[in-house]
Amino acid sequence: MQIPGVTGRRVLAQLLVLVASLAAMAAPARAQLRLDITEGVQDAVPVAVVPFGGQAEGGSTDVAAVVAGDLRLSGRFAPLDRQDMVTRPTSGGEIRFEDWRLLKSDYLVVGSVDGGGTAVAFELFNVQTGQQLLAERIPASGHDLRSVAHHISDLVFERLTGIPGAFSTRIAYVTVEGKAPARRHRLVVADADGFNPRTVAESGDPLMSPAWSPDGQSLAYVSFEGRSSAIFVQRLATGERRRVSARAGINGAPAFSPDGTRLALTLSRDGNLDIYVLELSTQALTRITTDDAIDTEAAWTPDGKTLYFTSDRAGSAQVYRVNLAEPAGVQRVTYTNGYNARPRLSPDGTALAMVTLDRGYRIGLMDLKTRNLRVLTTGSQDESPSFAPNGAVIIYASEDRGPGSLAMVSSDGRYQERLSSSRGDVREPAWSPYPTR
Amino acid sequence: MKLTHVLALAVLSLGLAACQKPTQTKPVEEAPAAPAEGATTSGIDQNTAPSGASTLTAQQQALAQLRAKNVVYFDYDSSEIPQEYLAVVSANAGYLVKYPTARVRLEGNTDERGSREYNIGLGERRAQVVRRALMAQGVADAQMTTVSYGEERPAVEGHDEAAYSKNRRVEFVYAQ
Repeated sequence: MQIPGVTGRRVLAQLLVLVASLAAMAAPARAQLRLDITEGVQDAVPVAVVPFGGQAEGGSTDVAAVVAGDLRLSGRFAPLDRQDMVTRPTSGGEIRFEDWRLLKSDYLVVGSVDGGGTAVAFELFNVQTGQQLLAERIPASGHDLRSVAHHISDLVFERLTGIPGAFSTRIAYVTVEGKAPARRHRLVVADADGFNPRTVAESGDPLMSPAWSPDGQSLAYVSFEGRSSAIFVQRLATGERRRVSARAGINGAPAFSPDGTRLALTLSRDGNLDIYVLELSTQALTRITTDDAIDTEAAWTPDGKTLYFTSDRAGSAQVYRVNLAEPAGVQRVTYTNGYNARPRLSPDGTALAMVTLDRGYRIGLMDLKTRNLRVLTTGSQDESPSFAPNGAVIIYASEDRGPGSLAMVSSDGRYQERLSSSRGDVREPAWSPYPTR
Repeated sequence: MKLTHVLALAVLSLGLAACQKPTQTKPVEEAPAAPAEGATTSGIDQNTAPSGASTLTAQQQALAQLRAKNVVYFDYDSSEIPQEYLAVVSANAGYLVKYPTARVRLEGNTDERGSREYNIGLGERRAQVVRRALMAQGVADAQMTTVSYGEERPAVEGHDEAAYSKNRRVEFVYAQ
């Protein structure tokens, strides 16, 4: 990793406690995440994604493989193995539907990359009826094929499920390697399928709590560089970062308001943690909670009017809510289980994911209408839930008596999968919003 | 230790430099916490540990004796100082009262269970309990700073009670 001004001073560069790398120079993270489906859905829909035409075997990005990988990752589809494909049509006219009926595929994706790689055409068919469900030609110039493939996945997924795909999004997470005092903390941003990991910040001291800006262009996070906590907001495109809070005591749990103009955060005075809202353009700070307990981990409702947060004002950690216009009227939200913390609203605001203690620390999902809390995972140390922007999947961190890894569970709890790293600990996933196109 | 401080300073200046890049809004630098502490630390190094010094001062000897008594361990989900660690608090209070220029950073920590930012709160609560206990024994508030690492800096790696019991702690870290 290179830092302007210290280029060449390698020893110092290696020892420096934290370097916010410029995205242009961002170092590829060494360990890519690998996906293992730990508990698949029994009734995943069989689909065949035929290798695209115009692509040499083993050449550049294999568009069909990326699409099939995305669909598998969603948990709702079971892509057909390539070696089982009898024919390899690349357009609708070449399809013999009876072949695919025999292979028991319900849906079929065919397509091709045109000569210069300037566009990718694809079609989606219902195998039973032969009906064409989608036919699109996507300009590829200026985009790499992998992002075009994710876009195809998004379209196919939405056509078949009615839910917008979230395959063109990214995840941020923290990795930790090595033992003290040589421990290295890295803040990494990767594609939603774990590809293209890039280290955006690195430190010998802890990095925590990455939170996306609503435009997906910046991350807020906590860094303990210099042996005290501070909150930074870093633009991913340039690597430029701004220290937005470095007050005495704790600076933690940043969360962007839905319009991106404010940051909810946790500060402490004499050890008492409270939630504040910081106006980013003016630095105006408003105190929201005043209780003599731990109040932290604020999460915004989509309308930006209410914060859900963790508090132990009643003894154990529980989830509360406060209307920003009426900070005195704090309401308790959770009652079941002895520990409920780190709430996150679903994108549509109807459900609340949290860490709940139910035989282990697990991911729970509360329906805010019925107040029914459902435990979705089965680990002993599951934490940091984060919704995909389509609300269909929750990514979280899992530490089952071993190094931390990332895992996903569908919001209906029907399938689970794990993203593990070949080395080190992986934690604190944060799913990005949809990219602004 | 000195190297660490030099690096910390280097990093701080890097961090500040980064902050001074053209941005729409100035970063808030309300608290003297990190930068001032780092600077002070380096000053103490220069004053009390000149290169070539062959004998320890009385203060350095006293500090060396505290090395074995610089951690208070806590019970699960508790921020009460257990009986057996009151002596640790007293020993450190004695040192800080005797040497009013001495500075200590109280680092609160938790085990890995539960959510991370909430654990930052629990670690802070433990650090504050120790801070108040030191104040009760005459230590000046200005001699102490607190930081909470929550579960982020485990003393012992591991996922069982043996590790957890070593990780629920407050460390006394002296600035030299």
